[in-house]
Amino acid sequence: MKQSKNLLAGKRDTLISFGIVIVAFIVVQIMIMTGNISSSLKGQLVPICAYIVMAVSLNLTVGILGELSLGHAGFMSVGAFAGIVATTSLAETIPAAPLRLAIAMVIGAVCAAIAGVIVGVPVLRLKGDYLAIVTLAFGEIIKNIVGVLYIGRDSSGLHFSLIEQKFELAEGGKMIINGPMGVSGVTKISSFTAGFVLILITLFIILNLVHSRTGRAIMSVRDNKIAAESIGISVTRYKLLAFVISAAFAGMAGTLYAMNFSTVTAAKFDFNTSILILVFVVLGGLGNIWGSIIAAALLTVLPELLRAVNDYRMLIYAILLIVMMIFNNSGVKERLMEKRAARRAAKQVSKEGL
Amino acid sequence: MMKKALSLFLAAAMCAGMLAGCGGGADTNEATNGDSGESTAAAFKIGGTGPLTGDAAIYGNAVKNGAQLAVDEINAEGGVQFELKMEDDENDPEKAVSAYNALKDWGVQLSLSSVTSKPAEATATENFADRIFALTPSASSTAVTEGKDNVFQMCFADPNQGTASAEYIADNQLGTKIAVIYKNDDVYSSGIYEKFKAEAETKGLNIVSTTTFTSSSATDFSVQLGEAKAAGADLLFLPIYYQPASLILQQAKSMGYAPKFFGVDGMDGILTLEGFDTSLAEGVMLLTPFNADAEDEKTQSFVTKYKEQFGDVPNQFAADAYDCVYAYKAAIEASGATPDMSAEELCDLMIQTFPTLTFDGLTGEGVTWDSTGAVSKSPKGMVIQNGAYVGM
Repeated sequence: MKQSKNLLAGKRDTLISFGIVIVAFIVVQIMIMTGNISSSLKGQLVPICAYIVMAVSLNLTVGILGELSLGHAGFMSVGAFAGIVATTSLAETIPAAPLRLAIAMVIGAVCAAIAGVIVGVPVLRLKGDYLAIVTLAFGEIIKNIVGVLYIGRDSSGLHFSLIEQKFELAEGGKMIINGPMGVSGVTKISSFTAGFVLILITLFIILNLVHSRTGRAIMSVRDNKIAAESIGISVTRYKLLAFVISAAFAGMAGTLYAMNFSTVTAAKFDFNTSILILVFVVLGGLGNIWGSIIAAALLTVLPELLRAVNDYRMLIYAILLIVMMIFNNSGVKERLMEKRAARRAAKQVSKEGL
Repeated sequence: MMKKALSLFLAAAMCAGMLAGCGGGADTNEATNGDSGESTAAAFKIGGTGPLTGDAAIYGNAVKNGAQLAVDEINAEGGVQFELKMEDDENDPEKAVSAYNALKDWGVQLSLSSVTSKPAEATATENFADRIFALTPSASSTAVTEGKDNVFQMCFADPNQGTASAEYIADNQLGTKIAVIYKNDDVYSSGIYEKFKAEAETKGLNIVSTTTFTSSSATDFSVQLGEAKAAGADLLFLPIYYQPASLILQQAKSMGYAPKFFGVDGMDGILTLEGFDTSLAEGVMLLTPFNADAEDEKTQSFVTKYKEQFGDVPNQFAADAYDCVYAYKAAIEASGATPDMSAEELCDLMIQTFPTLTFDGLTGEGVTWDSTGAVSKSPKGMVIQNGAYVGM
């Protein structure tokens, strides 16, 4: 009985998540086709998609696995710069932009996953809040490393150097990442459709993972580590699995994000961005995937909607955040949830009665 | 289930209401801008993005104020009319693109691009794609104009400053052993440094110490100064903004190190910095296009008006923005453009007109542009004496 109910709840969440994304995509596409969309919203579509993927993937670490990660933007950064190097290098070999973007995303994901393994292996064995501290440091380290990274490309291939540009490019060569000046002159190849497809893939993989045997193992690690260990679940293994998958999707989101702007610097992916994404997750509800989607989309659009009230923009944004937090923890919400649960139970009973 | 549908509907209604409210808000905004811009159909819509909030807010607000002052003056004269709107970009390329798009929704015809370099790179690409002409007051990175036929600069590009500084130091034999402290997470600072280094090599200048700092370590310079001192440098080149420079001057004095200091246009503003002992800046040399203490009538009138209206002394960002608006005026008058033209038509006209202009402004006499969008004006060498700039 209980199991089937859980299964139903899982299905419902999956349906809602996919439903929201697909309906939103169709609505926006109709708006674009009929020309009813403002340039302001249109310009934000790709960043919104990237932030949604970021929020959903962070939710896997924070909500499902129950570990606090404060450096998610670091993985985004790894994915972004790996993706840029990949797309620039492949520009001649693969002229088709969507295919190039897809390959860049995979490369971005792999690089971010490797970074995830490097951070995760030593740290996930620890107890307590160590992961939060180390991921926080990781984000800063990535920011500083990319800040002194020089990558150039010429006829003989890619050149790398740290701290100072130690290589000379041959005729016709081009700097891809130019230290503190970041990346300039990227050809924008991200599109809303690409973002939409990425969200669908993310949802498909993460929701399936969460509702699978592995997902239940991950959640058991969150709920009670000792109990999980006692029934033979390898805690570190499942922790690492969830963490690395989460990092990989952050890498993909980073590639998508970077390819939407002609310029990117490492400073963009700082602690503030990590916290912003954590805010999406917390406000959307820990472990609630469709909550993350809505929170990420709303909170990205909100500052732009508030442009009209210029000087009070940031104030209102902050107040709205606080109000949402209060609501999330308030009795009102609990009562609403209880009522909903009671109604569901009543329905169940009446159904069974029939 | 009913209730959920209802709540979803309500949420959607709220969003719609917000959007509508936003639209309404934009209208009132136009109206408030209109009191200075005489919001008639016959005004050119100028828009730009800049950091009006956050760390770099002084630059964004200086540009906003400087441009507003020029718009007010021009509108009061009659003739060409302007309407100005600045949007906040928080010095973030992502926000800058959003701000740019908001301006596009407003119907911007001539763009002031962005105030700072990285956001300007992002918006310039949009300018290029949308065929909206842009003249940036202060985004000095070369990547802003590179490959874009409709993006022009009012300030000189970073490399020019680095090269000019090295040339100036070499030609006037200001120092034999040179130390550099620059901010390596800043496009402006590292851009100038790289060109300075290259030019210094060809000119045979001897750079004995190069040290860096970042935004998060911009408070203590004892290590960098110590290294410069140990290397025996007699000239310290500071391609940085004036806030960290003021600390460097202070700390150099307290450790008894007194080389010659040489700055670039970011150093402008150091004399008006609150709580800064101007005697520390005595003898500091800098290259700057604008000098608020200049005696000429134009500068005097600009500085007085600016002080009256905004309560502080304008820096070069404000002067560049002021010049931008006047350059637009000159270009419009030369080309016979009218406000009912679309942004695209204006763009073509401006691309043709700007390279033919010779413009006299606050930041230079006989300023010209080439077709790549780079400006040609000569930086003025200044030295600080008795708390004021004196031409070298």
